[in-house]
Amino acid sequence: MTMILLDAVTKRFSPALAPAVDELSLVMGEGTTTALIGPSGCGKTTTMRMINRLIEPTSGRIVIAGEDVTRSDPVTLRRRIGYVIQQVGLFPHLTIAENVATVPQLLGWPETRIRARVDELLALVGLDPATVRARYPRQLSGGQRQRVGVARALAADPPVMLMDEPFGAIDPIARGRLQDEFKEILRRVRKTVVIVTHDLDEAVKMGDFVAIMKDGRLVQHDTPDAILARPAGDFVRSFVGQDRALRRLGLRRVDDVMTPPTGSRGPSVPRGTNLRDALSVVLAESAPVLIVVAADGTPVGEINRDAFFEGRSAEEPGGSGMRG
Amino acid sequence: MRWTPTHIPDILEALGQHLLLVGLSVGIAFAIALVLGIWSARRPAVYAAVLAVTGAIFVIPSLALFALMIPFMGLGTKPAVAGLVAYCLLILVRNVATGMRAVPADVLDAALGMGYGRWGLLWRIELPLALPHIVAGIRLATVTVIGIATVAAYINAGGLGAIIFAGIDQRYPEKIIVGGLLTSLLAIGADFVLTRVERRLRADRSA
Amino acid sequence: MLIEALQWIPANWPTVWTALQQHLLMSAVALGIALVAGIPLGIVVTRSPRAAALAIGAVNALRTIPSIAILAAALPILGIGFAPSVAALVVLAMPPILLNTYVGLSEVDPEVVDAATGMGMTARQTMWRIQIPLAAPAIFAGARTAAIQVISGATLASFIGGGGLGDFVTAGIAIMDMRRVLAGAIPIALLALGVEVGLALTERWIFGKPRRMP
Repeated sequence: MTMILLDAVTKRFSPALAPAVDELSLVMGEGTTTALIGPSGCGKTTTMRMINRLIEPTSGRIVIAGEDVTRSDPVTLRRRIGYVIQQVGLFPHLTIAENVATVPQLLGWPETRIRARVDELLALVGLDPATVRARYPRQLSGGQRQRVGVARALAADPPVMLMDEPFGAIDPIARGRLQDEFKEILRRVRKTVVIVTHDLDEAVKMGDFVAIMKDGRLVQHDTPDAILARPAGDFVRSFVGQDRALRRLGLRRVDDVMTPPTGSRGPSVPRGTNLRDALSVVLAESAPVLIVVAADGTPVGEINRDAFFEGRSAEEPGGSGMRG
Repeated sequence: MRWTPTHIPDILEALGQHLLLVGLSVGIAFAIALVLGIWSARRPAVYAAVLAVTGAIFVIPSLALFALMIPFMGLGTKPAVAGLVAYCLLILVRNVATGMRAVPADVLDAALGMGYGRWGLLWRIELPLALPHIVAGIRLATVTVIGIATVAAYINAGGLGAIIFAGIDQRYPEKIIVGGLLTSLLAIGADFVLTRVERRLRADRSA
Repeated sequence: MLIEALQWIPANWPTVWTALQQHLLMSAVALGIALVAGIPLGIVVTRSPRAAALAIGAVNALRTIPSIAILAAALPILGIGFAPSVAALVVLAMPPILLNTYVGLSEVDPEVVDAATGMGMTARQTMWRIQIPLAAPAIFAGARTAAIQVISGATLASFIGGGGLGDFVTAGIAIMDMRRVLAGAIPIALLALGVEVGLALTERWIFGKPRRMP
């Protein structure tokens, strides 16, 4: 079911300038995560900010859950949309608990319900409620603050979440871990998520769908795998880069391609490892076969080295077709 | 405007006295502040003590401060200048010390490594680099003293304040306005000129 | 001489007490009015860059006019006494309050305001729950500067018949009675220092670390 519909949305900040967003149409299904990506100035942030009406579209329609948002009260609308920004925007003078409680308080929930909800959410994002509840944002690390930002956005259980470069301020090492965790959290809470990013790896990792924008227009909207396999045109091809084959491998897990174990010997990787990491093990060890093991170490499958390269050309008919 | 046109020489004389009061006070205070600032810049305990004392003086209302000088110095220019000097010490010391501290550690390191002695370091490196901060201090002190010096007229130090006080005594609004406005213009002018100097110095040092 | 002056104060206690009361009343009323008028004005001008530029320009020009001239200016307009003195002191207290309110509000991190708006706070809620609490230390610092300005200005009210502790200084200088001069000057200095220290401690108690804007 469609959750968010953008219908020929245009935003012009000034009549003298080219539109920041130009006749953009986009459909996002309920419970899916869509990554909006593109070079800076492509209109991705403007697009997101029009969804919760921090920016008013010049023309076009934005419909959320069947309701035209351009006609609803922006304040009520925003309370039903979770919002996470890069610098987190935690209120520095309020405690973590008060920060998370912001929207429930605005909605007038009873105190006891708010308190229970705050603890529930802090636990959900991997923070110990008892320790962090009474702290102030400045007493937390960047990663912890970002977790609080997500907990705060989820507080009133909004059906839609908007995330503007949510990992931008996190150091690269912590970023990967946080992305994994958030992906898991978002999967559990079943939200419709729009995430703005300029990082292709992040878009591919977090998004069920990736929407690539350029100069205010949508150039390709598809699953990460399809975009990597069949980039639409030169812009997307150069945007996704030379190593898109490797990136595609990163999207798939060993579990998807392994065959039942036959007792071969070789280097092993745990279940759930992505094919990109698995391939690097195979190459590093120059092994003909890779063993997939369960958590307790028992082999559950194996992958022949050639399986990594098989079907690559067959899966890219669009790519070769376009060249021809 | 009946009084002003016929009393231009008197007004100019008052303006001259005012400038003298301000120049003398800021000059003397600067000499003291330079010593105190350099001495205390890298000695936190001394700096705290100097700031506490000069800060306390800064808070004392001007009329009371001048009054406290009278038993020792009588009336006239002397107690007025003493009071004004005491007033601007806080601003000047703070800015001298801040300027000295703003010299980057690697610059100091390099200078020491090149064989500068203590005085060479001070005269050739620290003070020149601290100059924009010091000029900013002089600007703030000058603008502040221009205003406060009007009160000094009450202890017979003359200046533009004398015109204002004459206006109060004689219920003569024109004198109040002329005295007040000239003081204000003087402050704006000093601020303008010194801001330009400061900006120039900062630009020279930003390379 | 100092001892004589210190003896003069208890000997003339009723007069000193009345003057002190006048001084405090005049200062408190003026500061109160300036706070009630200046903070809302500072909030309002933040919303329009043009109004802010205008207000800041006016306030900066006002600051260059010496206190004594502002008090003296009240004389031809409002006459002598308590009310004209209070009016002049309000003018003296406005610049730091207005300026610090404006600066405090405009220095609130725009990301924080964006987050508040994006989460569904109305403009009023954002102002009261986020912007004003975050600007509070700056606003308090402005009030503190204004308080000292007003106490200092109140000593000059003596020149326009406003009373207060300045009366002893002016009368003492007029008849060159040093006891009287010091009996005015010492309590004035102590009052100003006391208020400064008291407000500095209050500031630290409320907001933690000291912070003052020029």
